[in-house]
Amino acid sequence: MILARVAGRITSTIHHPDMEGRSLLVLDKIDPEGEPTGGYIIAVDSVGAGPGETVLVLDEGNGARQILGGADLPVRSVVVGILDYLPG
Amino acid sequence: MFLGKVIGRVVPAVICEGLAGVPLLWVQPLDKNSKPDGHPMVCADGTRMAGPDEIIYWEASREAALTLTPSFVPVDHAVVGIVNDIQIDPVEERP
Repeated sequence: MILARVAGRITSTIHHPDMEGRSLLVLDKIDPEGEPTGGYIIAVDSVGAGPGETVLVLDEGNGARQILGGADLPVRSVVVGILDYLPG
Repeated sequence: MFLGKVIGRVVPAVICEGLAGVPLLWVQPLDKNSKPDGHPMVCADGTRMAGPDEIIYWEASREAALTLTPSFVPVDHAVVGIVNDIQIDPVEERP
């Protein structure tokens, strides 16, 4: 899993049928100090994360399908947690 | 998943079993500010509706093939959806 910060969201009306009703967040990848590393990722939200929140992102397909359901869901990245704070 | 822009179509003369009829798109990966980022690549079109100049989001690896039916096909990048809008929160408004 990786740490990221919610930077925004994307909307889409034409998509794969399994993506219906799923919230897509644009996430900045961050380092252990909380600074953006420059990379980004788009992930499906499963926890209700909001703008600016630091989140835990699962970037693996089988786990993503377990969380979101659907044996053929074409998703690899899922927001699976919201962090209160980054220790250290 | 990542953002991309469709910059063309790819028409194969011969393609392996399972991929016949699947649209193939030439896609330029984008960063979150819609600027080109990296080299263009060929994506299968899981929406079957994307076309040139559209902003899309794509998935890589095994999950790309899951956009297609049958899903056991040799595909490693696929368009999952067409983007209507990208909303990036201004940094100063973030908590």
